Amino acid sequence: MSRSDDIWILGIHMTKFGKHPDLDVVDLGAQAIMGALADAGVTMRDIGVMAAGNLLGSGGIAQQLQKQVGQTGIPAYNVSNACATGATALRTAIMAVKAGEVDYGLAVGVEKLAGAGLLGSGGKAKSDGDEWTRSGRFGAVAPVDGRIGTESMPGVFAQIGMEYGHRYGGTSFELFARISEKNHGHSTLNPLAAYTKAMPLEQIMNDIMIAYPNTRPMCSANCDGAAAAVVVNGETLRTLTLEQQRRAVKVSASVLTTDPWQEACQVLPDVNTLTRNAARQAYEQAGVGPQDLDLVELHDCFATAELVHYDNLMLCEEGGAVDFFESGAPFRDGRMPVNVSGGLQSKGHPISATGIANIWEVCQHVRGEGGDRQIEGAKVGLAHVIGLGSACGVHILERSSLAA
Amino acid sequence: MSTVTRIPFVDYLVLEPEPHLIAHECTGCGARFFDRRNACAGCFGTEFTSVDIATEGEVRAFSIVTFAAPGVAVPFVAAVVDCDGTSVRANIINCPPDPEHVSLGMRVRLATTVVGTDSAGVEAINYGFEPA
Repeated sequence: MSRSDDIWILGIHMTKFGKHPDLDVVDLGAQAIMGALADAGVTMRDIGVMAAGNLLGSGGIAQQLQKQVGQTGIPAYNVSNACATGATALRTAIMAVKAGEVDYGLAVGVEKLAGAGLLGSGGKAKSDGDEWTRSGRFGAVAPVDGRIGTESMPGVFAQIGMEYGHRYGGTSFELFARISEKNHGHSTLNPLAAYTKAMPLEQIMNDIMIAYPNTRPMCSANCDGAAAAVVVNGETLRTLTLEQQRRAVKVSASVLTTDPWQEACQVLPDVNTLTRNAARQAYEQAGVGPQDLDLVELHDCFATAELVHYDNLMLCEEGGAVDFFESGAPFRDGRMPVNVSGGLQSKGHPISATGIANIWEVCQHVRGEGGDRQIEGAKVGLAHVIGLGSACGVHILERSSLAA
Repeated sequence: MSTVTRIPFVDYLVLEPEPHLIAHECTGCGARFFDRRNACAGCFGTEFTSVDIATEGEVRAFSIVTFAAPGVAVPFVAAVVDCDGTSVRANIINCPPDPEHVSLGMRVRLATTVVGTDSAGVEAINYGFEPA
């Protein structure tokens, strides 16, 4: 079987991010799927493969969701790749379509995370009276988190931003807080964001310090949410209606990488090299450069992370992330708008949904359906996600030139 | 007075004669690992030798962590210390945990601290780095 190599997003949907006390994880995921199918103009009967991600639930989310939206017997892949789970689900569906095994694929990511508190910390201290016993890869007699550095996400990503500052200079608590101020400002135009209020710089800096230099509003917002996408190959798309062809978004690049060995990666996760590798591959696949992008949704799980990814995604010269921010480039009226959705800090971060929700945002703009926050004339955008451990997904999305 | 038995908090901390860290070094490419590896993550070699890590270094990254797991005293300073080319994860100790006293590039040296004593009277000794 021979199919055209081009892959398209035919339909995509993101639920409101925030608190959904009346919806469980299956309700939310089903809502995203129904929305994506309606947006695509197809039904579960058309879908040939499904990939689904959910980290904090009971497992087998794909089959649980099929029971809500349609059980057709198609293969389902339950995927797990930390915060890159959504992008991994999408990538799995794309690979199946690209391999020519199916014409349509469905990817979904869903998470219930409202009120979850601090993630990434754990382990019990020795209770009094016990004798020391060694466990784990380091033979530790008690949990190492907090006693030998930190494993908490805010602390890890704080160090990643501080390391960038040590290497290139120019960073400060205030600079990182201003990045957060930008994203909280952007989300005022996004009705689906978990938080939609602007936050003045002083408020951000005076909020509770979680892990210096990240205060609470500089951390990704735990919330509930889901996102889903239907992908299709180009040959099939060309048999559909002109409206479907016009609204479809071209997936010009779809890349997933892991972290290659670097000297320090065993003590501080290296989120830089794998992002840089993914970006390089994506630009090559898409035949576009960073200068061609009209908007970028990147993985600002913490304010300190956004800074390093300006550089890793090559939106600026190597070492030039501070100057890039200071130039005003990543603001929505700048030359390279970054996280106009509000980003993870303000739109929210329902982990498994994030890697599809960022693609939904880019699709809204390149389709010209961005509403009040539309980046005028947007044709090409990039979506980036990082799962610590690590995995990086980069997708480049382009406006359709079919049926123009 | 009975002798207190002391044990290192982790396998890669050696207390005698002077406290220092050790690592498994790949004989093929020189990559160093604090935990055991089946093969080198860098070159896939399977032979390792034990090496001592320098006890002085420079803070390359840090965070002052305010929220942590139960039983961990906060705030504490988590850091990455560059010990003569080998990156080490550690807390910065014997230093006020605030940005006025901890800075990027500051020189530090290995120090030890008592984590606690178990029911058999054995003291667990951890490492950290203090301003040099």
